[in-house]
Amino acid sequence: MRKPVIATASLAGCFGCHMSILDIDEKILDLIELVDFHKSPITDIKKFGRKCDIGLIEGGCCNSENVHVLRDFRKNCKILVSVGECAVMGGLPALRNGIPVAECLEEAYLNGPTVHENTERILPNDDELPMILDKVYPCHEIVKIDYFLPGCPPRAELIWEALIGLIQGKEIKIPYEAFKYD
Amino acid sequence: MKASVQKVLDRYKSDPTRLMDILIDTQSEVGYVPDAAVAQIARSLGISRVDVEQTLSFYHFFNRKPAGEFQVYLNNSVVAEMYGRRKVTEAFEEAAGCRFGQVSDDGLIGLYDTSCIGMNDQEPAALINNVVFTRLTPFRVREIIRDIKAGKKVEDLVVEGAGDGENAGKLVRSMVQNNIRKIGPVLDPEYIPGEALKKITRLTPEQVIQEIKLSNIRGRGGAGFPTGLKWEFCRKAQGIQKYILCNADEGEPGTFKDRVILTELPRLLFEGMAVAGYAVGATEGILYVRYEYRYLQRHLENVLAETRKKKLLGKKIMGKEGFDFDIRIQFGAGAYICGEESALIESAEGKRGEPRDRPPFPVESGYLGCPTVVNNVETLCSAVKIILNGGEWYKSFGTKDSTGTKVLSVSGDCKYPGIYEVEWGFSVNDILDMTGADEPQAVQVGGPSGTLIGPDEFDRILCYSDLATGGSLIIIGKQRDLLKDVVMNFTDFFVEESCGSCVPCRSMTVLFRQKLQKILDGHGVKQDIEDMIAWGPTMKINRCGLGQTAVNPILSSIKNFRHLYEDRIRKDRSFDGGFDLQAAVAESCWAVHRKPLTEENDHE
Ligand SMILES: Cc1cc2nc3c(=O)[nH]c(=O)nc-3n(C[C@H](O)[C@H](O)[C@H](O)COP(=O)(O)O)c2cc1C
Ligand code: SF4
Repeated sequence: MRKPVIATASLAGCFGCHMSILDIDEKILDLIELVDFHKSPITDIKKFGRKCDIGLIEGGCCNSENVHVLRDFRKNCKILVSVGECAVMGGLPALRNGIPVAECLEEAYLNGPTVHENTERILPNDDELPMILDKVYPCHEIVKIDYFLPGCPPRAELIWEALIGLIQGKEIKIPYEAFKYD
Repeated sequence: MKASVQKVLDRYKSDPTRLMDILIDTQSEVGYVPDAAVAQIARSLGISRVDVEQTLSFYHFFNRKPAGEFQVYLNNSVVAEMYGRRKVTEAFEEAAGCRFGQVSDDGLIGLYDTSCIGMNDQEPAALINNVVFTRLTPFRVREIIRDIKAGKKVEDLVVEGAGDGENAGKLVRSMVQNNIRKIGPVLDPEYIPGEALKKITRLTPEQVIQEIKLSNIRGRGGAGFPTGLKWEFCRKAQGIQKYILCNADEGEPGTFKDRVILTELPRLLFEGMAVAGYAVGATEGILYVRYEYRYLQRHLENVLAETRKKKLLGKKIMGKEGFDFDIRIQFGAGAYICGEESALIESAEGKRGEPRDRPPFPVESGYLGCPTVVNNVETLCSAVKIILNGGEWYKSFGTKDSTGTKVLSVSGDCKYPGIYEVEWGFSVNDILDMTGADEPQAVQVGGPSGTLIGPDEFDRILCYSDLATGGSLIIIGKQRDLLKDVVMNFTDFFVEESCGSCVPCRSMTVLFRQKLQKILDGHGVKQDIEDMIAWGPTMKINRCGLGQTAVNPILSSIKNFRHLYEDRIRKDRSFDGGFDLQAAVAESCWAVHRKPLTEENDHE
């Protein structure tokens, strides 16, 4: 049987969920027996070169690039999973959602207590830069998401069990304690 | 300012349980409650500033900053919208020179939205510095603002002689109309104060409770708990001090019957509270009235004083040794949740109106931890009539499981909105005929937390075993957009009024609203409807009735008007997030002076 192919991405996240994937420790050896990794920070493959079976998304969408990456994942993955609080609900980055974007930018680049060098009072606006969204969006408000893994980050065993469940087509039970968002 | 706040503090003997009154009076004196007053109040009451701020920040009508010399609170209930609120809003904004939620530059006028103020039978209505203005039109609004700017007092702006009955009295002088359309045993104006009290002095408290139990009357506040049983529980509960609290918070949009009873029959209500006091062994009563009815304050205080003078309240009522009972009036400060009995108790103790965990129920541990009966205005008034005429007589009205009568508040698209006292057992059709509703598309029974029914269910019967109701019926005509005008309005109401303690009540209400908005915007898909149905049961874990019923408007309209949803969703796709990248980046592009994103320059 062909090995299932996995792709992963971190959008507006902290890479904590990716670290949690690595936290499955020596089981990572079993994992690479079971699956192939395609586009992912783990392989450093930047562009989709083939269709994938499972896409794991960490983080929500805070800028236009996140949106493009997420849509790309939806196009190229059969199953898309929101992994962790930020992907599921926006998480910590979404704390800015009550504040107008212009105010956030001014605080970050002009008025914040750690701003010293910006004497010309420039707000980053190079065409190469992604554009900031009006608020941070959870992934399922942008594209259809098939599954959600709770946790901040989801514990390693949960990610493991979820992947095994998806590969083998078995339903898993998420224990109450796994619903932790701190 | 310091001296006037001190005067307020002295008035309430620096009692922390009277914090609500202290804040209300401070605001009346100063116009708002400044930080310095918060500090002064905290010091004097021996509580922390945070304790004062907790209460202060909870209620809608408290201001922490100057909010305008004239504060206009315009009702945003669904019926106000039906009767032209939008045009009235525009007229206010144009005449005052500021938007809703703002104060005019000269500090003269502040404009605010507010949830239903209990005037659904005479909309659009507003409170201006606690004075009620009904049936507003853009023309009237321009007149009012012109007169305010010319320096007139707000009392002089009401339309003289518009109000009827006690509304026209010297102490109320309000343009509110009673709109009493049908009278039954409770609203009967031929009532003589004191007869029921005379009768009960010859009975034991147990006999009084027995009579109430015999009548099978159930609470008229909505939940329908048997009143006799409630009184019996409280009588049997351990406690030296017991309390009778009358719930006149009447916040459910579309309900205004208690307003009319407070206006026309306050003596009946006070007698009902005294009867309850005698039955359960309570010597103190509190009438908790919503802030919106402050215009009745002087009238109510006056009737209280007169009732005391007639010895129908106070010590040795009817000359009976040991029958002591007196009442104080507690005003709220704008929070629908304070109608929930345990939140009402918290509020009467001077705290945030957050519901308590139950058990223990108020009959065991209520006001200040003492056994407490909380009853609706109408329940207590009915009790007087039961005592006068007997439980058997009462049972001759209504149906087997719902005895007696119900005072209904009917509003919306009908010719005769107002108050109807009918026997339980009437059908919705009967009511529609009575009120002159020609082309109803739907009827909201029991306010936003109730049920939305369509014509094929208009033969359903008003009673506890079929269509239970606290008394509100809102008739929605053919010309209305049910989802946009009605269901969305109700959903907004619950988002606004959730006290915030429970996560589903605080968050899911917002998520439901987003889904509904998405469907209204043309981005809904079948999954959205299914999601909402699937999420519904989660709301049952909320602590109180508000959260448990907060998505009823959506769920009951999906159930009874599903085609309205189906018609609006997209059939050509299974997913639509409603997300628009160009719109989402517009603000940041503007902020950093970048070319806005268009389809052409959006390169993936
Ligand atoms: C959110 C909410 C609001 C309520 N509002 C009122 C109200 O305005 N008036 C009222 O009498 N009961 C109201 N109730 C019901 C009260 O909790 C309580 O059941 C009632 O006052 C008891 O009186 P009764 O037995 O005479 O009906 C409300 C309940 C909830 C959950
Ligand atoms: S259900 Fe809502 S209103 Fe009731 S206690 Fe919980 S958060 Fe407050």
